[in-house]
Amino acid sequence: MSVNLIGKHEKDPRALRDAMALTLEELMAEDKRICYVDCDLMNCVNTGRLHKKWPERAFEAGIAEANAAGVAAGLAATGKIVFLHSFGTFASRRIYDPIYMSAAYAGLSVRVLGSDPGVTAAFNGGTHMPFEDAGMYLSIPGTTVLDPADYVQFQAIVRQLPGVEGVSYTRFARKSHITVYGEGSAFTIGKGVTLHESANDAAAIVCSGIMVDEALKAYEQLAGEGISVRVIDMFTWKPLDEALLLKAAADCGAIVTAENHSVGNGLGSAVANVLAAKKPTIQEFVGVQGRFGQVGAQDFLMDEYNLRAADIVAAVKRAIARKG
Amino acid sequence: MDEKKTKLLAAQIRLETLRTIGALGFGHVPGSMDLADLMAVLYGEVMHYDPKNPRWEDRDWFVLSKGHAGPVAYATFGIMGFYPMEEAYTLNKPHTHFPSHTDRLLTPGVDLTTGSLGLGISTAVGAAKGIKIDGKDSRVYCVVGDGEADEGQVWEALHFAYAHKLDNLTVFIDKNNYQLDGATADILDHGDIAKKVEGFGLYVQEIDGHDVGAIYQAIMNAQAKKGVPSCIVLDTIKGKGATFAEGTGAHSSQPSKEQWAEAIAASEKAYEALKNA
Repeated sequence: MSVNLIGKHEKDPRALRDAMALTLEELMAEDKRICYVDCDLMNCVNTGRLHKKWPERAFEAGIAEANAAGVAAGLAATGKIVFLHSFGTFASRRIYDPIYMSAAYAGLSVRVLGSDPGVTAAFNGGTHMPFEDAGMYLSIPGTTVLDPADYVQFQAIVRQLPGVEGVSYTRFARKSHITVYGEGSAFTIGKGVTLHESANDAAAIVCSGIMVDEALKAYEQLAGEGISVRVIDMFTWKPLDEALLLKAAADCGAIVTAENHSVGNGLGSAVANVLAAKKPTIQEFVGVQGRFGQVGAQDFLMDEYNLRAADIVAAVKRAIARKG
Repeated sequence: MDEKKTKLLAAQIRLETLRTIGALGFGHVPGSMDLADLMAVLYGEVMHYDPKNPRWEDRDWFVLSKGHAGPVAYATFGIMGFYPMEEAYTLNKPHTHFPSHTDRLLTPGVDLTTGSLGLGISTAVGAAKGIKIDGKDSRVYCVVGDGEADEGQVWEALHFAYAHKLDNLTVFIDKNNYQLDGATADILDHGDIAKKVEGFGLYVQEIDGHDVGAIYQAIMNAQAKKGVPSCIVLDTIKGKGATFAEGTGAHSSQPSKEQWAEAIAASEKAYEALKNA
């Protein structure tokens, strides 16, 4: 697995929804078992093109997400490889019992795609801003939980999802992300990506999604101050790359997690669970601290919820200070 | 349809349902017993299945959305040869393959996992959709409780089935008029549930749920109807054929040893009478 790190903090002209829609189009052309179920949001993610091409296999369940999840499970029982999309709020809270019982508990594979997680819900506001969606999926036995950083990584994930057994949850922003990776980057679900590392790392930043770019900015600022840190893109929250995490803990002695999610049930807590059991390590948590969402531009919200490079820098300094 | 044979099978299903639950001494007797006649028609006369290959890909599907009636399914599957009947007598004992609520990973013959009310019908609808996508002729039969129909998801599923023209789906509503806390009319009155389902665009029939001839005919009518899913409302008596439960409206039963002995003896007698008739 090797990646081509760009990390220039520039926006990708491509929208992430196309990493899903266009990749699914390729997959559906190759494999007629693949089905796509949407909940009246095809126009938001450009998957109407799938419905046009394959009306039987790519279809609407309407604004009835709970039923859609059950339908997805039933389709899976007939041998279909099923993708289910809705906004992250509905793809988690609204469908939790059916996705838990009818799919996960029943041993049926459904690939849930939740769009606009956390602050990326922006102008749709607090009602559409899930800070707990991925955590809900972390709680279900046997699930795979993913928080991709950019177009290239999301595309690679969608390509691998047909082979992922069980219920998976992938959260992604519909619109443009900052480019982290260049073409030719390869990713494996379940393996974290080390973006910066040296022999003198004083702390490791473990992050995912939109926080990867913030972590790269934090890395640069800290480097300017003579502080060396490791940066790990932990885009698979579950199964967590424990070996990579434990090595970072052993090498650096301090971990800072950064997530566009509630710290109470997200990446930070998944990391803390492993560290507490296997290698107690100083940890600082950057993420949403027990608050609901609210309306506004993503930039405003990232400031408001302390999801900035500056917040990561401060957390790294706290963690290093705690090492004594 | 062989009416005599079907009635005998229904009596045998009732007897084995009582034996299955009776082995532990308590369980969801009433809501299981009232489905014996339907199960006899489906598994004796209507459905295509292979007990030696429960996941046969051209089979018809059965989804017990009111999953707590699992024992009536276990009795039926045992009688039809999916496994030796005695295996089901391990109901709810440690590491059993026969849990209270039907589980596709544990019991041969169970097509989809149910138990959280309102969820099973959506999976049945999904299976019917998957079968349509494959262009197969298989049919999906799903049983929903009348109490279960309090759940909004039941109506989402009916809406979807109509919109997607799933004429390979037949939903049975087990209208026994009771749910856990009492009469459905007192808990959350549905009014005329058949009319409500009809309002969702389904082809609806309401029949005596203990008349095997009527059940068979209604299923044949449903199969003949093209372009719309069908619903058969079964007017049933909760606990039918269990001496301690019939007519009480109870949701679950924990009768005394004597009551169990009496109920099983009465059920054996009913079965023998039909057998010798």
